[in-house]
Amino acid sequence: MNAPVTAQPGGEPIKGDVDAILTVNNIEVIYNHVILVLKGISINVPRGGIVAILGANGAGKTTTLKAISNLLRAERGEVTKGNIVFNGQEVQSLSPNDLVRLGCIQVMEGRHCFGHLTIEENLMTGAYTRRDGRGAVSADLDLVYDYFPRLKERRRSQAGYTSGGEQQMCAIGRALMSRPTMILLDEPSMGLAPQLVEEIFQIVADLNAKEGVSILLAEQNTNVALKYATYGYILESGRVVMDGSAVELRENEDVKEFYLGVGGEGRKSFRDVKHYKRRKRWLT
Amino acid sequence: MLNQIFVKPFVDMVSAPDFLLQVVWEGLVSGVLYALIALGFVLIYKSSRIFNFAQGIMVVFAALTLVGLHENGVPALLALPLTLVVMYLLAMAIERVVLRPLVNQPDIILFMATIGITLFLVGFGELIFGGENKVMITEQLGIPTGSYTFEPWGGLLILEQKDITAVIGAIVLVLALLLFLNRSKMGRAIRALGDDHQAALSVGISLSTIWVLVWFIAGIIALATGIVWGARAGVSFALEVIAYKALPVLMLGGLESVSGAIIGGLMIGILEKLFEIYWGQPLMGGNTETWFAFVLALFVLLFRPQGLFGERIIERV
Repeated sequence: MNAPVTAQPGGEPIKGDVDAILTVNNIEVIYNHVILVLKGISINVPRGGIVAILGANGAGKTTTLKAISNLLRAERGEVTKGNIVFNGQEVQSLSPNDLVRLGCIQVMEGRHCFGHLTIEENLMTGAYTRRDGRGAVSADLDLVYDYFPRLKERRRSQAGYTSGGEQQMCAIGRALMSRPTMILLDEPSMGLAPQLVEEIFQIVADLNAKEGVSILLAEQNTNVALKYATYGYILESGRVVMDGSAVELRENEDVKEFYLGVGGEGRKSFRDVKHYKRRKRWLT
Repeated sequence: MLNQIFVKPFVDMVSAPDFLLQVVWEGLVSGVLYALIALGFVLIYKSSRIFNFAQGIMVVFAALTLVGLHENGVPALLALPLTLVVMYLLAMAIERVVLRPLVNQPDIILFMATIGITLFLVGFGELIFGGENKVMITEQLGIPTGSYTFEPWGGLLILEQKDITAVIGAIVLVLALLLFLNRSKMGRAIRALGDDHQAALSVGISLSTIWVLVWFIAGIIALATGIVWGARAGVSFALEVIAYKALPVLMLGGLESVSGAIIGGLMIGILEKLFEIYWGQPLMGGNTETWFAFVLALFVLLFRPQGLFGERIIERV
């Protein structure tokens, strides 16, 4: 686990690779008391890093993020084993509302803007948990508009009538309004044109570099994700089958074949090639 | 017969405009009340997708509490804020005991739960305040009871002061509510929750806070309705039925539209009065007010299932 670390919110020097803002220790998630979705996932996000969770549909990416943000409970899901520590605090006993207050916010898959609210009202709902006064909030609103000038143009339109790209920006901007130290970003590329995907990822990278926001990213678009992330985990049916730095993963023959669409034919998943043992990270 | 339906009523209206004005005014007053109750439904439905069957009994309960407190020697102007406190406690209790354990259950279960709340409040209310009719403490609350008489076009128009107070009070309440929903942080959160539950959770909006808040607002509305309607018809459990008058209003205005509830309420109030006086009494022997609104709503449902002013479903194509 030696992901390069870029920045830290406090501006203090980083003590080394032990300083993780988020650790997920071998969690198991069950939906509706019967459906086992995650079968022991361990993930580590260094402070100020961008980490990607990769994998196909149904691999468990979204579930992992929801387990962290505690939105799982609203869908009758439950973490039955393992634990999750954000910023030195166990998240299991916290509500989503507490987590946002502590600085960990999720941008959900499929954008989920409030359709009947204007873009600006959408952004303002992101500041719901803040108690630091109007001045600070409106300063942050300006900051969001700096990052997403397009939102400023559309500030008075109902979010439901804006384009997919604008809605994605709105969702990220809304999360930013809570002054997070960590954003859980679920599939930001979904349904967007390639150049728009690049634009959004560029902004996310900027946010990471300038605001020091740590990012845990779930993506199907392996190519783009590995371009911006520093470290990646590959999930297959609820297990981490591989992890490594972005460079390592990009160069890996299997990853190239299954996820980047280059190389040989016939083999469609790790299951068919070799057996990757789940690493018992919590013991090390 | 055709003459009776299509010509005579209008001739009557034109020949006695002062009487027409009186009828419209009476209709407007009840319309304002329907609108208020419908607003209570809309708020709760928007923020939690619950069709709150208990709105009617909350009106009774609020009115009974107010009168009951006064009967036990609490001065009227102190009884009013105390009743608000009771309504707040009720909202908290409902959230804690009923809504929180049932979160994520299908809508129909929550609907059944509100029927349970209704039955509980009926029993609880009777246990504490007794089942007999009471008189609303109109004068003690400082609501004037006289009336103004006008003579437009040489006719006669009587406006009761308590009706005028009711209309003004309702308008103030509605404006305050709209301002709250559109300008304040909490109001924004309520609307956000109505749009997307999951997203609201994800930005840290706490469901329980908002639910207590909307049920409390519904309680305030119930109290206002209870005072006004109680002043006209006395305070008894029969008051509950006026909440059912809000159902056609909701069908007309749409379950999710604040402005729909207001316009729908006024429309039904005025139309049912006009129909009763000019068509119902001469043609059908009267008492059409009990069913007119429902028939009207039925026709609206046939042609516009989302109601006349239902929130447009925003769908990108």
